Amino acid sequence: MFVAIIFFLIIVASVIFHIWSPWWWTPVASNWGNIDSTIELTFWITGSVFVAVCSFMSYCVWRYRYRPDRKAEYKPEDKKLEIRLTALTALGVIALLAPGLVVWNKYVTVPENALKIEVVAYQWGWNYRLPGEDGILGTTNISLINDENPYGLNPEDPNSKDDVIVMDAELHLELNQPVKVELRSYDVLHNFYVPQFRAKMDTLPGLVTFYWFTPTRTGDFEVLCAEYCGTGHYAMRGRVLVDEKADYTNWLAKQITHEKMFAQKKENKKLLTAEIKN
Amino acid sequence: MDEEYNNNKIETKAADSSSGSYAPSADSIPASEIPEQELYHAKSFWTRWVFCQDAKVIGVQYALTATAVGLIGLVLSWGMRLQLGFPETFSFLGPATYYQSVTMHGMIMVVYLLTALFLGGFGNYLIPLMVGARDMVFPYLNMVSFWMFLVAVLVLISSFFVPGGPTGAGWTLYPPQAILPGTPGSEMGIVLMLVSLSLFVIGFTMGGLNYVITILQARTRGMTLMRMPLTIWGIFTATVLALLAFPALFVACIMMTLDNLLGTSFFMPEIFTMGEQLGTTGGSPILFQHLFWFFGHPEVYIVALPAFGIVSDLISVHARKNIFGYRMMVWAIVIIGALSFVVWAHHMYVSGMNPYFGFFFATTTLIIAVPTAIKVYNWVLTLWRGNIHLTIPMLFSLGFIVTFVNGGITGLFLGNVIIDIPLSDTYFVVAHFHMVMGIAPLMVIFGAIYHWFPLISGRHLNQTLGKIHFWISFVGAYAIYFPMHYLGFIGVPRRYYEMYDSPYMTTGVGLNQFITVAALIVGFTQILFLYNIIHSAFYGEKSEKNPWKANSLEWHTPEMPPAHGNFGKDLPVVYRWPYDFSVPGVEREYIPQHVSPSEVPTAKVEKT
Repeated sequence: MFVAIIFFLIIVASVIFHIWSPWWWTPVASNWGNIDSTIELTFWITGSVFVAVCSFMSYCVWRYRYRPDRKAEYKPEDKKLEIRLTALTALGVIALLAPGLVVWNKYVTVPENALKIEVVAYQWGWNYRLPGEDGILGTTNISLINDENPYGLNPEDPNSKDDVIVMDAELHLELNQPVKVELRSYDVLHNFYVPQFRAKMDTLPGLVTFYWFTPTRTGDFEVLCAEYCGTGHYAMRGRVLVDEKADYTNWLAKQITHEKMFAQKKENKKLLTAEIKN
Repeated sequence: MDEEYNNNKIETKAADSSSGSYAPSADSIPASEIPEQELYHAKSFWTRWVFCQDAKVIGVQYALTATAVGLIGLVLSWGMRLQLGFPETFSFLGPATYYQSVTMHGMIMVVYLLTALFLGGFGNYLIPLMVGARDMVFPYLNMVSFWMFLVAVLVLISSFFVPGGPTGAGWTLYPPQAILPGTPGSEMGIVLMLVSLSLFVIGFTMGGLNYVITILQARTRGMTLMRMPLTIWGIFTATVLALLAFPALFVACIMMTLDNLLGTSFFMPEIFTMGEQLGTTGGSPILFQHLFWFFGHPEVYIVALPAFGIVSDLISVHARKNIFGYRMMVWAIVIIGALSFVVWAHHMYVSGMNPYFGFFFATTTLIIAVPTAIKVYNWVLTLWRGNIHLTIPMLFSLGFIVTFVNGGITGLFLGNVIIDIPLSDTYFVVAHFHMVMGIAPLMVIFGAIYHWFPLISGRHLNQTLGKIHFWISFVGAYAIYFPMHYLGFIGVPRRYYEMYDSPYMTTGVGLNQFITVAALIVGFTQILFLYNIIHSAFYGEKSEKNPWKANSLEWHTPEMPPAHGNFGKDLPVVYRWPYDFSVPGVEREYIPQHVSPSEVPTAKVEKT
């Protein structure tokens, strides 16, 4: 009696906790609101299975608790019931999977008008690179990285000249402009994750990974590294600011291109060597 | 012996000629075709209790070692929880120590506790007894298996004492970070971890071959595969999975050791770190992840399947009712085992592998839900119209059902690729796998210990302490992990030493403190359990034979606890499955497996 009631109360408490939980999604700030609805759907289907199975269990514990005069039923199998339950479960699984795969298909299909930007991860921080007017990011290689060429850009590639370099943990994005985030890492695995955008993907050395999203509200969002990357993992934060078009253009105008940076670095080096000579 | 052998031969012929096949009619079970093998009999204290070849003693040795190392894992989790719940009050862990604790806690619990306890502990103790064998088929190899395991554990523990400490790469040990200086323990710690895992795999392979061959070749007469207790089916399938999956871990460990010590580039692409080029080239970090999870996902079922099997038997015995849908249960175990080899990359949806893999792996992963759900239905349908004794093993079984269903359905979230995108690497994942492969199997382990303790020691565990242990462990563990899912929804990432003032965390501070307090209470309650075991082993209430009135063979040995060789002079002959409870037509409430049909002529059993 007591046992059945406690088990049932645990089920009830779980449902109440879920309904009144103050801990829930941060409001979505990208086009991936449909991920949230897929989760809602999953909650409804799996939640009702959980409640049904566990309530039934509590009921059995109460109804069929030991009595010396009771004899348990002897029924090894019930083909019909088993087939029905299997079919029902299969239907439930299809109901979960089908919408999930539809949204996944969207997630991996980047729209043509997406602005390609690059996120660069290292132990332990973030840098960014935006394409210049040509809209194309120049090619890179880790083996080319050195003091003058911190991104490892290919000097032979003309597309890299006008690339905008953002050597800062703060990235600005334009409201309602789809972006394809191309992810690179210099050293170990990292993961560029803004909870409000719902999207994430690992960065790894030797490979360019990607995902896309469209920021749908302005704001200041924290970037978390979501793949363990060493002792400083927990401190590997960044910021993404989603701006109206005007603010975004202002910010972009203040950034320098790769060519300029290259020239600056050369100049600095000259000055430095001159200083040493003197 | 010779004479017996000849007699058997004649019997075999007789059975052959009368029925024309081995299909037994009523009482006739084909005679054994080969003579019994002579067992090695221990002569001294050392060979009886230390370098022992008796599977029962080896099982206990495995269980004690696994429990001891598991306690280290438990204590490590307290340090982590204190840091997460009260970072200002308890700041004795730095980030490096925190990550080392995370890593060692994870690896210890998954491999050295759960795998070793289920297969090495329960497997060794129960397989020969339940299939009606005198011992494992290769007792000597079995002994070596345990000692390899012990060496693996010692190597693992020794990493706490080397310069740099144990590895802090996370239990997944992902390269390149695992072997680069930005990670704690990248000096000796990671090497010892890889060596220890390799030794574990070698030791396990010796034991695993033993379990599989014993089950396939050494079952007693009449013990057909479809008459085996589900415990044996679970352990058998899990062992087959382990034999196929552990080699992937083994090669991954060897390759990473070479990358680390000899500078090869299996997993190392071109890397620029700490201001300089590393000089490696051409390797792939994702290759390691594929190898690791090709082992890692079956590993989940290596832990889960024995739990499935054992809990089926506990529910059936303590509800005095046959397990519902036995054949479906067997096939579900086998199908889950097979499918577990084609779902591994659902751990890698955000790893950067080809995104189109997502379609395939999400589909296979969700298909596993079908046989798993069938198992759950059959457990609760076994309770339906049963006569449920709320003994401690039954309480733990009920606790298992709740935690397993809860942890199972959150698996449907994470398996569905698009839902995994926001949730992966958050506390939702931590809550999910602790619920489904931590708490749920632990519930079964506890239930199984309360169930089989009388067999092992001849005494009962204290019931009052047991009930306190159950309620605090079950309700407490549920209170830890159920709310933890919601931290994941806020966006709190896992493996964060501290969140400082991050907006994602500030709302979760109270919840984190609550979880820490609950974890400490549940953790300390386990001391009660250990006390109960130690005290009851010497002073517990003496148990009569077969105290739960079970049907399977382990309870029907001539002596309890069973002696060396298990079954006295003659091996039992099996006529039925182990689930003939409350059979209509007979007075007796249960019919053990070795009772022949002619002894219970009125029983209206279905053919099993």
